[in-house]
Amino acid sequence: MEETRFKISPSPHIRDEDSTQNIMLTVVVALLPVWIAATYFFGFDSIRLVVLSSLSAIITEAICQKLRKRPVTVWDGSALITGMLLGLSVPPTLPSWMIVFGAAVAIIVGKQLFGGLGGNPFNPALVGRAILVISFPSPMSKWTIDGITTATPLMESAGNFAYHELFFGNIAGSIGETSAFAILLGGIFMYYRGVLDYRMPVSFLGTVAILSILLGQDPIFQILSGSLLFAAIFMASDLVTTPVTPKGRWIFGIGAGVILTVIRTWGSLPEGVTYSILLMNAATPLINRYTRPRIYGRGVKANG
Amino acid sequence: MKHFYSDFIKGLWRENPTFRLLIGLCPTLAVTNNALGGFSMGVSTAFVLILSSTMISLVKHLIPDKVRIPAYIVLIATFVTILELFMNAYLPAIYAQLGIFLPLIVVNCIILGRAEAFASKMPVSRSIFDALGMGFGIIWALTSIGIMRELFGTGQVFGFQVMPSSFEPIGMMTAAPGAFITLGTAVAIVTYISDRIAKKHAKGKKATE
Repeated sequence: MEETRFKISPSPHIRDEDSTQNIMLTVVVALLPVWIAATYFFGFDSIRLVVLSSLSAIITEAICQKLRKRPVTVWDGSALITGMLLGLSVPPTLPSWMIVFGAAVAIIVGKQLFGGLGGNPFNPALVGRAILVISFPSPMSKWTIDGITTATPLMESAGNFAYHELFFGNIAGSIGETSAFAILLGGIFMYYRGVLDYRMPVSFLGTVAILSILLGQDPIFQILSGSLLFAAIFMASDLVTTPVTPKGRWIFGIGAGVILTVIRTWGSLPEGVTYSILLMNAATPLINRYTRPRIYGRGVKANG
Repeated sequence: MKHFYSDFIKGLWRENPTFRLLIGLCPTLAVTNNALGGFSMGVSTAFVLILSSTMISLVKHLIPDKVRIPAYIVLIATFVTILELFMNAYLPAIYAQLGIFLPLIVVNCIILGRAEAFASKMPVSRSIFDALGMGFGIIWALTSIGIMRELFGTGQVFGFQVMPSSFEPIGMMTAAPGAFITLGTAVAIVTYISDRIAKKHAKGKKATE
């Protein structure tokens, strides 16, 4: 008689050991080499910006959840990641209050107004960055390296920079985006832990590389300069705001690559990574809808 | 008398076209990047609204039901043309700032909405009070959005510096995203206060029963 008494429960029936906290912790660890490289190249400013940004994001999230009378879940680490990503994607000379303001607005407008983690259509860190760029255009484009103001490689011509400097990061730019080596380390770690889907960076970077060859540009330069690599690995891989299906992830990466190349080549802005990912974030629900996998047992002809 | 009061007062808060009914949002978002723009757009819309509501209420029995919307549009367009020519002649700076949104008052939801929902059914006197209330509702709504955006976007209000010179203007507020964020925040605050008032009302009623 015992065997006939089945337990009925909705799916999922098999659970992974992974929790939100675990995944977030992996991303934080993956960001550490980037942060260390940033501190090596930009000094104390890197520590100042990332710490302030993270603190501001966490405190804002806690206040928002208190006000909305929801359980305070700042310990899951998602606000910490938003703060770290935003802190790493600004120029080293940005005033402290601006990064605090940017992180707070990123959490309020980019995340909590949509219902918190899992409800936000746009990557909060990129929302914060976009708001900072629109609000304070001149401090957000003041690039220095070794205390000297200079242009980022994207504003100059490709020939002026050696590949190894671009690769290790001894160039001007946002603090977290310059060292391709550190970013790749973090990316490999996330891939190893199963947090990063290789489809996203491969399709994003691949599209940019192919398009730059077609347009007669240097593909290696295009990939290594600007915040493309940083965004392709850490921001395009955000689980909440990108498609859930494998096919959808290819579409997302290709779309972002096309938009980025268009902005870089014909747009008035030197860099288009933020907007390319934000635009594809907006398209994500649609991509999910049209790449829905076939339900098992349906959609095939009998005897087929 | 009681009718007149409630017809007038409802447009200011309870049925405020911008914050409660959320209609006529195009000009609300587009021309409120400073306080003067919001105020002049509010006054222009209110002017057309009051005159067209009065006129439509006067001629409502003459208009065949089937062609009433085109007839209203013709009436509204007449007043908009008057306003446009007047502004072009005497207030060229504001005329230039409002741009295309001035002629677009013709198709403003608020005006056609009041014509259809109120003026075409009610006596002239009540229509005037309704239009006055709605008109002042638009004016205070658009002006307050304009003030907030100008204050944070440039540190000024109506062109006068109010923020200390150390204040760094937040450029986003005068750009398009600032319009959406300000409007959303204002709607949230108004809704919150309305809910509080409604709750208090319900409690008061219970206590007296």
